[in-house]
Amino acid sequence: MRKRRYGHWHGHQAGESGRNHVMANIVQFENVGLRYGTGPDAGPETLSDVSFTLRSGAFYFLTGASGAGKTSLLKLLYLAQRPTRGVIRLFGEDAVVLSRDRLPGFRRRIGVVFQDFRLVPHLSTWDNIALPLRVAGMPEADIEQPVREMLAWVGLGDRADARPATLSGGEQQRVAIARAVIARPEILVADEPTGNVDPDMAERLLHLFESLNKLGTTVVVATHDFHLLGRIPGAQMMRLDRGRLLDPTGSLRYPPTRPDP
Amino acid sequence: MSGATKARSSAERRVLDEAGGLRAMTWVMAIMLFLTMLAAALGLATAGAARLLDRQLAGRLTVQIVEGDPVRRDGAAARVLAALRAMPGVARAVPVDRADLTRLLQPWLGADGADPQLPVPAMIDVDLGDSGEAAAVRVAAALRRFGPAIRVDRHESWMSPVNDVMRTLTFLALALVMLMASATAAVVVLAARAGLETHRATIGVMHMLGSTDLQVARLFQRRIALDAMIGGVGGGLAALLVVAFIGVRLHGLGSELLGGVTLGGIDWIALALLPVAFVVLATLAARVTIVRALRHIL
Repeated sequence: MRKRRYGHWHGHQAGESGRNHVMANIVQFENVGLRYGTGPDAGPETLSDVSFTLRSGAFYFLTGASGAGKTSLLKLLYLAQRPTRGVIRLFGEDAVVLSRDRLPGFRRRIGVVFQDFRLVPHLSTWDNIALPLRVAGMPEADIEQPVREMLAWVGLGDRADARPATLSGGEQQRVAIARAVIARPEILVADEPTGNVDPDMAERLLHLFESLNKLGTTVVVATHDFHLLGRIPGAQMMRLDRGRLLDPTGSLRYPPTRPDP
Repeated sequence: MSGATKARSSAERRVLDEAGGLRAMTWVMAIMLFLTMLAAALGLATAGAARLLDRQLAGRLTVQIVEGDPVRRDGAAARVLAALRAMPGVARAVPVDRADLTRLLQPWLGADGADPQLPVPAMIDVDLGDSGEAAAVRVAAALRRFGPAIRVDRHESWMSPVNDVMRTLTFLALALVMLMASATAAVVVLAARAGLETHRATIGVMHMLGSTDLQVARLFQRRIALDAMIGGVGGGLAALLVVAFIGVRLHGLGSELLGGVTLGGIDWIALALLPVAFVVLATLAARVTIVRALRHIL
């Protein structure tokens, strides 16, 4: 089992192991197709012939109109769904045939910010953020400091005891982000993370992702907010249109360009 | 338990909404265990009474000398008594006192029962050293030579219908205990499935954070074990009180037969272990149910 790294946030300097550091392939999709339902209930293909490669430590935006398949692609990426066809290699292993027993180990290496946050409603901000560390079996005594730092990092130090229902949309978003990154995942997947916040907060959240990326995490942010795309220097863009990646070669482009309407 | 461990288990418990204090499951477990312990107590007590009856009746005979003429009756009784006392295997042979017989007849015959002309048979109580059937058959065969007026009654055969009823009650109680245990397991399975459905979103999040099925199952089994424990202690204590109360009442009746319907030390220990067995059963049922259900979720 791979040893996890649960470092404290203040101990890292930007650029310490950033995107210019290691550039091995961390994710590889080859002719991936996804269709929901089976047999006569099967719908049309949500994703068709999707091929691309993500390099470790890089920052990616995934764009496309609503219904283009962004969320479905992210689900494949964070192992919430298996593809109908094609090959997905994650951390150098074939994720399509990965046994169920090995999924938790892989999932602990991926942080996810869900579009609808999916905070546990009965838990406080503190406990929601601490959840990945508890799931990973970290001793309770070691949890306090990273959670405290994370709360400060997302600006929610004074809301540690609040339940999600009492938080604003932006605050819930930040709790979801803190929960996704506290275990220092190798890949961070965020589905429309700025969809519920004002432009200032959106920019702050992007800076959070950028900081994480500079610490070595590969970041994939799905968004249809094109104002954000140019805010991360060096970030690359993938565009989805009706389930197909627009660039058939899979080579990703920078600087990002506004997609065709 | 260290502070950190306590904080952790408490935090883990909170992942499933535990608001509401005592839940329906606690009450269900309390009621199930209350009924199961009453059934078990009934079974244990009747089994004990049946064993006691067996011990008391085995190897005991009553010899009747049915003779209308009092002189011939008393003569035959004396000869039979002498023969019995001389037989190997007979530990004790005692004639039943005429006054005792009269007292026994009093409820049916009133003062007429004391009439010396009343053709009441003479009776001899016999205890055999050997409680086996062969010894009783041997004695009966030996007494046959005294003529047709001699009748040998084995106490076991008088009381065998009572003994059969007691054994039936014991098996019925055992069946009830098994049924209640099955019903409890079924309730736990339903509760676990309902809980899984209620907390589907939370479990989805847990899975995406890297929880294993066993970690998720542990949350449920801990919660169900806690419910079962609280319910078990409540229901178990109530049942023990009821059993003790009934025991006191039975003892107060002064009945030789019902007086045997009591619980021994091992019986009380077995009853006290039932809540523990139910908690283990509930925990295992919850674990198996959750793990099997989670296999169908990616």
